[in-house]
Amino acid sequence: MTDTLNETMGAIGRPLRRKEDARLVTGNTNWTDNIQLPGTLHMAFLRSSIAHAKITRIDTSAAKAAEGVVHVYTGADFPGQPGSTCVWPVTDDIVMSHYPVICEDEVKYVGDVVAVVIATEKYLATDALDLIDVDYEVLPAIVDMEAALAEGSPLVHSDKGTNRCYTAPVPFGGNYAEVKAKADVVVTRRFINQRLIPTTMEPRAVVAAPMGMADEITLWSATQVPHVLRVLLAMLTGVPENNLRVVAPDVGGGFGGKLQIYREEVLAVILARKLGRPIKWTETRSESILTMHHGRDQIQDIEIAATSDGQILGMSVNLLADMGAYLQIITPGTPLLGMFMYSGIYKMEALDFTCTGVYTNKTPTDAYRGAGRPEATFAVERIVDELAAELGMDPMELRKKNWIKHEEFPYTTVEGLTYDTGNYEAATARALELFGMDELRAEQAVRRATGDTVQLGIGISTFTEMCGLAPSRTLGALKYVAGGWEHCTIRALPTGKIELVTGTSPHGQGHATAWSQIASDIIGVPVEDIEVIYGDTGRSPYGMDTYGSRSLAVGGQAIKVAGERLVEKARIIAAHQLEVSPDDIEFNAGTYSVKGDPEKATTIQAIAFAAFQAHNLPDGVEPTLSGEATVDPMDFSYPHGTHLAAMEVDTETGKVKLRKYVAVDDCGVQINPMIVEGQVHGGLAQGIAQAMYEGAEYDSNGNLLTASMGDYLIPSSADLPSFITDRTVTPSSTHPLGTKGIGEAGAIASTPAIVNGVVDAIRHLGVNNVLMPTSPQNVYRALQAANKGGAA
Amino acid sequence: MTHISAMVDGTHRTGEVEPRLLLVHWLRENLGLVGTPIGCDTSNCGACTVLVNGKSVKSCNVLAVQVDGAEVQTIQGLASEDEWHPVQKAFKECHGLQCGFCTPGMIMATVDLLSENPNPTEEEIRDGLHGNLCRCTGYHNIVKAVSHAAAEMSGS
Repeated sequence: MTDTLNETMGAIGRPLRRKEDARLVTGNTNWTDNIQLPGTLHMAFLRSSIAHAKITRIDTSAAKAAEGVVHVYTGADFPGQPGSTCVWPVTDDIVMSHYPVICEDEVKYVGDVVAVVIATEKYLATDALDLIDVDYEVLPAIVDMEAALAEGSPLVHSDKGTNRCYTAPVPFGGNYAEVKAKADVVVTRRFINQRLIPTTMEPRAVVAAPMGMADEITLWSATQVPHVLRVLLAMLTGVPENNLRVVAPDVGGGFGGKLQIYREEVLAVILARKLGRPIKWTETRSESILTMHHGRDQIQDIEIAATSDGQILGMSVNLLADMGAYLQIITPGTPLLGMFMYSGIYKMEALDFTCTGVYTNKTPTDAYRGAGRPEATFAVERIVDELAAELGMDPMELRKKNWIKHEEFPYTTVEGLTYDTGNYEAATARALELFGMDELRAEQAVRRATGDTVQLGIGISTFTEMCGLAPSRTLGALKYVAGGWEHCTIRALPTGKIELVTGTSPHGQGHATAWSQIASDIIGVPVEDIEVIYGDTGRSPYGMDTYGSRSLAVGGQAIKVAGERLVEKARIIAAHQLEVSPDDIEFNAGTYSVKGDPEKATTIQAIAFAAFQAHNLPDGVEPTLSGEATVDPMDFSYPHGTHLAAMEVDTETGKVKLRKYVAVDDCGVQINPMIVEGQVHGGLAQGIAQAMYEGAEYDSNGNLLTASMGDYLIPSSADLPSFITDRTVTPSSTHPLGTKGIGEAGAIASTPAIVNGVVDAIRHLGVNNVLMPTSPQNVYRALQAANKGGAA
Repeated sequence: MTHISAMVDGTHRTGEVEPRLLLVHWLRENLGLVGTPIGCDTSNCGACTVLVNGKSVKSCNVLAVQVDGAEVQTIQGLASEDEWHPVQKAFKECHGLQCGFCTPGMIMATVDLLSENPNPTEEEIRDGLHGNLCRCTGYHNIVKAVSHAAAEMSGS
């Protein structure tokens, strides 16, 4: 592979090494916590150590007298002030919650904020926390979702009269009761999609300062969503939007955990304005694990109905989704983002879907890599394997019998979405080739026949997902408050350098490189002459930011249109200067030439200078050269793939080993295949982590037991293998560049592949379900239960 | 306050520090060497890894007073004026980073690993770096980068 461009190939499709890396490998980084402004005051938070309690007394006098302490604030100082908000009230009768910036009279989860110390030094602020005296009257903690819904349960929000946040029955196509009545086989399972903790390597950090012009407050935050955050901060704090600048500098990972408006951000803005000084806070890892929003946490009751020859007729999906103690930005909508994906890649006549959101005394949940789609994909890919076992069919044959065939696209699913393109046959064929299925099945048979204590299982996941969230009208119909468009401005500067201003906000995805590649091909300027500007509402005023694999799927379209508009404006100027009609001008690789007379030519860089001089522009053409576009996507796009896992299970200890993992993904046209592959690797690691290692555990009093990196098992290099990956390419028909998304695919596909493999390894021992993570303990318990005839 | 003196990235630095001050806070807050980030408070993640007298340490787990008289090397002192260290080059070449937050620690741990074992196997790399967590790459390309750097440094 090489970084050098040549004339025969454009920049799109090349594995260019990343522009971003120069500062990241040398330590010349700009993380929020690096910012040190003169006169900074540091925030430290006193957090509740009790899941549910009344605050009966707070004495802050000793803390206020401590060295370096400037202020100590409690809830009484900010009555009624919200610290976060929910922009997706999913039903008309949803029970919303008030999330106070500092709790006034009641705490509702371990980590809830009771007081904040403002001090001149970070250590002194933390020291003073120990001097605050709080009396609590402990209330019953609501931890279990089903218990929370039971008659007479204590309440998380006593003024609401219920712990039920909402119930959303969605009338998808067909009549499930009818298809169930005619089915030969009905299989039901309860899957637990356990609570996960995003655990970005960079903890959250904020600096808010009265800087810049007039009354402007600048907030630097380790956020995925500077644009969304600016709007919501203006609404929540009363700081006028036009006095608020939000900057996301280098951001160390997000995975949904930084798609949020957090109370610490709200408070930093309020206090910077109130005190007139910079306010800074960087969370500790322990704080992060407790209070960055969590993900997943669903109980999934799934039923599938089929004929005896393996024709899937329909599915019924009944979810309980844990909201935690409060609703944050899209807490109630997150499980519903998956509702369109329960039929997966399969044709069926009917699908019933109901989701009930439940309040508990736990950290709020919200989007985590995949946000609803991993949960849906897990359920459908697991239940299809269970159906295959029930029917005695090969699980891949059952899939092939039911999936949408290549020639059937575009295909409208039972949920009413129209999948644009796909080729499940091609991806599966390639995956099987890389995996060596026949040899592994033969080894599996030998191990079974010999009663080996280490059994082998093969896990399949043939998945699809939806990217490019979303046409704004669709979001409106789903009761989401905002739109789904994206913006790009491309400016050709007088010296020929290019500024590409995007509304996407990367935090590891390599937009600076990939966006340069797209623009390079469209406007014919070398990749190295293009600077991508993002993540700062002062320099990039319009945008919807980065989440849901939307950046290329939506933002890429805006780059293309903006680039084309720039090229067209320059064409008019070029024609004027070359004294021909614009129709007689050809544009190729940055050069405008006269058709049939290629010696008469000029470059886009020369036009940029001419547009700056404005000495000789055609009548009616304004000086300066730029193109600008705000694009609303015409539809979602649907990447897919086939993932295969070979799992070893020690039947004596329950220990699981991932021996081999093959991922063949189809994300349409790839802008930078090196970055695509990196996204796949990272997604795989997170999905495999859910399947094998991670899980947030609470005790019955609502204490988070996995509250450090020592207890919450992020896999290390020693816990994962190298992956075997490849891609098939089926271009999207709804995206002008033919691209789909790839940021979440690995995390969506891999979890069921692993668990299907574990169950396949020990199904002959009577096991048909294993809880995640497939820890030795959970596997051993499943084996023991099966041994006693108690399989699920 | 305790007086300390150390060579940090080739420069003689001194300071009056609280005995409880962590090395990483001395580097970041006092010396302005913010290239070394902090990822946790339990010594699990390794993002803050630096070399003290040539050996990798997690600088959130060392007190500043412990490096009195020592030589400290951070990510910011790894490249020479005109050339990156081979490990830095390898991480870029092999796409061994995405968000880059774990990268300083990962690179410094790799420098130490390769000084002890110039030609590690994949298993030895995975074992050698298991104290440095990454959430973006799944480690696949980090392992490739370390192998690549090892080959470059041994001239093979």
